[in-house]
Amino acid sequence: MIKLTNIKKYFQMGDEQIKALDDINLEVKKGEYLSIIGPSGSGKSTLMNILGLLDTPDEGEYFLDGQNTKNLSDSNLAKLRNKKIGFVFQNFNLLSKLTAWENIQVPLIYNGFSAKESKKIAYEYLEKVGLKGRENHLPKQLSGGQQQRVAIARALSCKPEIILADEPTGALDSKTGNEIKKLLKDLNKEGQTIVLITHDILMAQEAKRIVRISDGKLYENERITDKKDENF
Amino acid sequence: MKIFNIIKIAFKNIKSNKLRSSLTMLGLIIGIASVIVLVGIGTGATTSVTNSVQSLGTDILTLNISSSDTSLEYNQVDELLDIPNISEIAPYKNISAQISRGNTTSSNAKIIATTDNYLEITNVDLASGRRISLIDIENSTKACILGYDIASTLFGLTDPLGETIKINGDKFTVVGVLTEQGSNMGNNIDNMILLPLTTAKYFDEDTSISNIYLKVENENIIDQTSNLIGNYIRQTLQISSDYYSVTSQNSMLDAMDNISNTLTLLLGGIAGISLIVGGIGVMNVMLVSVTERTKEIGIRKSLGAKKIDILIQFLVESLVLSLLGGIIGILLGITIGNIAENFGYEFSASTTIIIISFLSSATIGLIFGIFPAYRASCLKPIDALRTE
Repeated sequence: MIKLTNIKKYFQMGDEQIKALDDINLEVKKGEYLSIIGPSGSGKSTLMNILGLLDTPDEGEYFLDGQNTKNLSDSNLAKLRNKKIGFVFQNFNLLSKLTAWENIQVPLIYNGFSAKESKKIAYEYLEKVGLKGRENHLPKQLSGGQQQRVAIARALSCKPEIILADEPTGALDSKTGNEIKKLLKDLNKEGQTIVLITHDILMAQEAKRIVRISDGKLYENERITDKKDENF
Repeated sequence: MKIFNIIKIAFKNIKSNKLRSSLTMLGLIIGIASVIVLVGIGTGATTSVTNSVQSLGTDILTLNISSSDTSLEYNQVDELLDIPNISEIAPYKNISAQISRGNTTSSNAKIIATTDNYLEITNVDLASGRRISLIDIENSTKACILGYDIASTLFGLTDPLGETIKINGDKFTVVGVLTEQGSNMGNNIDNMILLPLTTAKYFDEDTSISNIYLKVENENIIDQTSNLIGNYIRQTLQISSDYYSVTSQNSMLDAMDNISNTLTLLLGGIAGISLIVGGIGVMNVMLVSVTERTKEIGIRKSLGAKKIDILIQFLVESLVLSLLGGIIGILLGITIGNIAENFGYEFSASTTIIIISFLSSATIGLIFGIFPAYRASCLKPIDALRTE
């Protein structure tokens, strides 16, 4: 599904060149639930941006669903983001002027669905994340947890190969955070591939597999087949 | 299908940002409306001036003698008819006097002592009564012909024929009333009172003639005729050309045209500046709103919007705002013009000006809508997303 080989990303900071990602190799298989954990500044957001095709690596290759994403045009990258990747951001990134269902409609429209079809799909996914009856609410009329559910419904709407979740509970209290965790887990049980990025170990332990990133280098400690947390 | 939906997104954005949308349009509306109103009033003024000069007739020459030492005597005037190409003449004198009838006075009347030909040359008809006859002039009869407005001021609905009015205390019999003419280049015929030329003596005026209207037979040689008149005056009165003038309506028309074209240009210039200022306003709102919306662009890109999708969305948004602002501006301009017309200004909306102002403002709106959007759409999605 995802294969990163020798990915490097540098940032220039004054005269100093900082290696945000230093020779990252990573493979994610279909149906996996992977956590990438690391403190802030470790490069995990940079990795997430590269995985999400929001940013391009300076070196190395990234295969998404068997396709090399190197040298793809802007419009082909947009197409891949639309069809293969669903984003869940820490701050939700909903369009504030659009209602819940209209927010979900946005990627569907870019995907080529008609207005009628996309509305139907948007309503289906809102029901799936437990927001039936709130279709016409604006983001500011929804609680943080509800907004994140809308964002998850939006991420799911184009049936992406992979969900990229960047600190999805970071802006939520622990109770609603737990609900979002459960929702993501349920989705994974249905076969959805999920890559979760977090600095929170407890959150990371939801995943079947955890990798740690530190100073731009990736360390794969071990595989956790059960959800037990004996290794942490 | 997809493009149709993107256009719908654009419309939704306009609707959900009413304040921003109306501010964007406001500059265009004011700019376009002021161009239409100011240029329309300028053009209207030109047209009305031209019309009134032309209504006086382009076959008329006016002779004014400004020398204080000498002028023509009444019996000399007929000699002008010997000059080839002159068919009719009407000497006249301006008189200032008080007009009254009973307790009603009229202060804005213009009194002219003249001959019968005056009406023919100025192209004015009698509504009722008779003209000034030769006998009136020979006998200095105290008769008068009233302009339409004067007649209604002094007499209201009653028939003035045969009644008397007082001019500086002297009784004058009303023998005729003129048809309604409307204002005619400051020469408001409706406010005129015509008297026989020789009655000027009752108002302490001498009998000399210094103003004459002359009608020519052939308009094409009017310039030669005017030279001949000049020659005659120089020879008869022994004065240089500084002390008299012979003007044709054409030269007047040219001068008036010049003045009103300058006026239109001036008004158009002011309006053009306001259009530019309006355009800068549009530019500001567009620049700010695109900067403000860089995050939206980032979110849309992360959800799979291509560069072209973003561009189309902003293109449609600024196109709709520009066109809507343009149409409202045109309607507002025409409305204001029509209101101004009710207050007595001539207003003629020119299609060319409407099209030019509309196109220029639409272009301003489009360029300043698209350019910042293009820049934003070229950003890497992650950079656009990070913008707050």
